[in-house]
Amino acid sequence: MRSRSFVTGFVLAAGSATAAVALRRRATRRRDRAELYFAEGTPVSLTEGQPGADRLLQHARELLATARS
Amino acid sequence: MAPTAQALADLTEISTQVEAAVILDREGTVIGSTVDDERAGRLASSALELVRAAEESRPEGAEELVQLDVALRDGSVFVAADGDRLIAATTRPDPTVGLVFYDLKSCLRGVSEEAEAKPKPRRRTTTKKKDDEKP
Repeated sequence: MRSRSFVTGFVLAAGSATAAVALRRRATRRRDRAELYFAEGTPVSLTEGQPGADRLLQHARELLATARS
Repeated sequence: MAPTAQALADLTEISTQVEAAVILDREGTVIGSTVDDERAGRLASSALELVRAAEESRPEGAEELVQLDVALRDGSVFVAADGDRLIAATTRPDPTVGLVFYDLKSCLRGVSEEAEAKPKPRRRTTTKKKDDEKP
């Protein structure tokens, strides 16, 4: 009986942890982001809220809206 | 069909992920596009602003921007550069980034090669009349 409740608790804890990781990954993926590549191969990643990102993302949104208008 | 129009037609045929594309120069002049002229002008203007904003994020010592992609909730925006020419394109959400860049660069390279292959107009040469030929 005791071992059964331990297994149940363990399964619930593992399931919750997996779900939390999956949700976090999904949220990160859904966030607007920009990847810039410079000539010598330097990549720069900018995510919503970072300095310099918002203006860039705004222009991208305008471009997308114009393309679909 | 003009080479630029042909390159863009090939692009949209090969890359089903690309919804709209515009080729422009670094001054924002539209060279070709898959949309009407009015929208192409606005796309080129936004693309140029986007590139300028991206250049401001250039790390110290880094060379010029060669490509960028912006992933938004509703879709993605791509820009690739080849010398003085740029191509900007939009796609549906979650595109295959590497594949889109490959297709955009191939399109841009095709346009550049066509432009270089065009024979330059011959310089008109005038031969001066010799002094003894003058009346």
